[in-house]
Amino acid sequence: MMNAIVEKTVQEQWIEVGGVADIPRDGARVVKTPLGDIAVFRNMADEVFALRDKCPHKGGPLSQGIVYGRRVACPLHNWHIALESGMAVAPDEGCAASFPVRVEGERVYLSLTPNEHCSNH
Amino acid sequence: MKKLKLVMIGNGMAGCRTLEELLKLAPDMYDITVFGAEPHPNYNRILLSPVLAGEMMLPDIVLNDLAWYENNGIALHAGKTVTKIDRVKRKVIAADGTEAGYDRLLLATGSLPFILPVPGKDLPGVIAYRDIADTEAMIDAAKHHKHAVVIGAGLLGLEAANGLKLRGMDVTVVHLADWIMERQLDKTAADLLQKSLEAKGMKFLLGKQTAELVGGESGRVAAIKFKDGASIPAELVVMAVGIRPNIKLAESAGIHCERGIVVDDTLQTFDPKIYAVGECVAHRGIAYGLVAPLFEQAKVCANHLAEHGIGRYTGSVTSTKLKVTGIDVFSAGDFMGGEGTEDLLLSDPKGPQGGLYKKLVLKGNKLVGAVLYGESEDSNWYFKLMREGTDISALRHRLLFGETHLGDSGHGGQSRAAAMKDSDQVCDCNGVCKGDIVKAITTKGLFTLDDVKAHTKAAASCGSCTGLVEQILAHTLGGEYSAPEIKPMCKCTDASHDQVRAAIREQHLTSIADVMAKLEWKRADGCPSCRPALNYYLISTWPNEAKDDYQSRYINERAHANIQKDGSYSVVPRLFGGSVTVDQLRAIADVAEKFEVPEMKITGGQRIDLFGVKKEKLPEVWGFLTERGLVSGHAYGKALRTVKTCVGSDWCRFGVQDSTQMGIDLEEMTWGSWTPHKYKMAVSGCPRNCAEATIKDFGVVGIDSGWELHVGGNGGVKVRATDLLCRVTTREEVLEYAGAFMQIYREEARYLERTAPWIERVGLPYIKTRVVEDAAGRASAYKRLLESQEVYRFDPWAERAQGVDKHEFTPLKVIAA
Repeated sequence: MMNAIVEKTVQEQWIEVGGVADIPRDGARVVKTPLGDIAVFRNMADEVFALRDKCPHKGGPLSQGIVYGRRVACPLHNWHIALESGMAVAPDEGCAASFPVRVEGERVYLSLTPNEHCSNH
Repeated sequence: MKKLKLVMIGNGMAGCRTLEELLKLAPDMYDITVFGAEPHPNYNRILLSPVLAGEMMLPDIVLNDLAWYENNGIALHAGKTVTKIDRVKRKVIAADGTEAGYDRLLLATGSLPFILPVPGKDLPGVIAYRDIADTEAMIDAAKHHKHAVVIGAGLLGLEAANGLKLRGMDVTVVHLADWIMERQLDKTAADLLQKSLEAKGMKFLLGKQTAELVGGESGRVAAIKFKDGASIPAELVVMAVGIRPNIKLAESAGIHCERGIVVDDTLQTFDPKIYAVGECVAHRGIAYGLVAPLFEQAKVCANHLAEHGIGRYTGSVTSTKLKVTGIDVFSAGDFMGGEGTEDLLLSDPKGPQGGLYKKLVLKGNKLVGAVLYGESEDSNWYFKLMREGTDISALRHRLLFGETHLGDSGHGGQSRAAAMKDSDQVCDCNGVCKGDIVKAITTKGLFTLDDVKAHTKAAASCGSCTGLVEQILAHTLGGEYSAPEIKPMCKCTDASHDQVRAAIREQHLTSIADVMAKLEWKRADGCPSCRPALNYYLISTWPNEAKDDYQSRYINERAHANIQKDGSYSVVPRLFGGSVTVDQLRAIADVAEKFEVPEMKITGGQRIDLFGVKKEKLPEVWGFLTERGLVSGHAYGKALRTVKTCVGSDWCRFGVQDSTQMGIDLEEMTWGSWTPHKYKMAVSGCPRNCAEATIKDFGVVGIDSGWELHVGGNGGVKVRATDLLCRVTTREEVLEYAGAFMQIYREEARYLERTAPWIERVGLPYIKTRVVEDAAGRASAYKRLLESQEVYRFDPWAERAQGVDKHEFTPLKVIAA
């Protein structure tokens, strides 16, 4: 019940979480939310992505993995996860929820309403 | 941009592999059209023998189904034979009149079975063994007829005979030479093999030359007649006397051919618009008939078709394994020997499987050939020693007994892939059984170790079962599997670890971006496999110039602590030489209490491990420890871990040397250094060796007259006792030899290669030459280590407690409820 109320108040709004430069290139930072950690990634091309900080395999913190291209390798067992979609790269199967994120100027804005294709919210 | 037109003639394994590689590199470059004479999509020809033997079904062996062609926009003309290439108008024409124009043409016409030119060769019931139609004809014949004769006792002939026997036929194998498989086996091994095939019910007629195939009343073949006048009944005759490259089409188009279609190292024919791969090709005079070399060709060819222009095919060393269930035969290289070679022999005619036979051919101090019968679990190891040209003089006396006899306990006692049941577990980390692996290889069409790792996770964790997985791969694919000669570092490049390293040194490259640009990395950003390796090679080669790229390090080395399964970290302070003071113990107790550390353990390396520390708390924990004089223990790194010691001569009634002080000295010299993989040392004060120095990367054992130095030990997944390097007298010598050995390891081993496999790869004599005999080289390597240590011997914890890399340990934002 409590969770539902919290969810209601934070969803459908963009929250400024920091500057692009605060995230290392080919790295990630964590945004702590009442509904769990979200990893915000920045790749070499300065694209920014946001995923639930939880690998679909054994729940490893994706924010701690090595970022390359548009993927991250989970630090626990080296599963590779696509940053745009949160989908595990074949032949592995599973997904981490992805969150809408946008960059305006140098600022990063995050929405706490996950994109719909993945049930691992 | 308009797409170019690529036409491929031949729809077999080598050709389709080339297309797969090409689609990975340049998915949108070509409109692709494929002509195949057989009315099937691309299937795995290697697995026709298991199909014949009734172990697999035809649908199991399709590699690329029709959907694959469709999804990749490839126009497939299956069942259409191309009869003409018009090189002027750049088009090909099939027998039914179908035409296709090309900008590039890829010839992958494979090979044709050789048919003996004897009377009766065209009778019904006389076939070759090459494709699905032949296999179906044999299966059908086995239902209706009794007597089968296989002409030719090579690999294919024996597999055909075995399959027909299993399907209930009375099978005789006829062979011209004096022993079977004479191109792969010597007489002794061949006789053993023949004996065990005879025990399965096959009959052999050796030294027989076929004169004629005689038809019966029905018009079908009924008997085979030999030059000596003898004759036996045969309602099915399978000719397996060899294959020859199918070059008819190429020749008729005026493309230069010798034994096969002649190509250069980029797989280009004499017509620059036309490439060729596979069994139809003659590269440097050799036509290959095994799949591994053909796949290497495919890779290079695809690269040039994609106009990347990197990579050359320079030929392959091949090996052979027979795919007959329950029989273990292996052969590779110069197995007959001759002028200037020596044979090592092990023979037991009463061994399992009707005999045991091992023959290794040596030339100088290198292994150049091998024949194994009855026990081939070491075949991959022998093959590797051959390919890498390892100096085997130090292991010569043990070589015949195999890798598992190199003083270790092996992998869970299980080392024979062939003898394992499907339900036996191979990968103990990820719980993968043999049956899972075999199934993935056959149904998913896997050919490489990397494929198997990705699909099954076998050998993907600790790697100790890698050899076993390779054996299963080799056994399932038979002679068709061989590990590539130069293993690329990863999928981002064709360069090997050694080539990358040489480039970094010789071209003075000092950043990951430089390396990737100079060596034309295929993925701009690399991957989690190459980036940590590149970072290590750079900082170890140019310690003063290369910048340590933390984003290319695994999390443990980036955060200077070990990540645990719940995402918390463990902290191990350094206790030099395993020696500890009251203040240090108190500091550790205090930090554990203050930060509510849930669990502590004494480690195997004589340190104290504090578990369950939240990442955000790490800098604070470190600050607390730093203030009390403790530094990072690097328990998280590919780095100098610990120097373990026994108490030594200060207290022990047996001790002859001060091992504790020696351990402290060694650790003070080397701590903070990064290495290709973790690096452990130990010092014992007497030969009783309580510090277990003989299973460390570098072990020191005190003796009455000084110190004994040992190298290349390992106590982990695969136990290996050290090799004795030498004896020295003084403390200074111990430090110099230890430093020089470590530095040469740092400079020359491949990333993630422990000292044990490194020494087995380069050979102990090489290490002795560098560290013991070459005094000037030793001194200079020692100096290079100390210079690198000027840069890297610092406490990363102290820096971070002061605020370095703050972003690593703090959330970007905390959103309150």
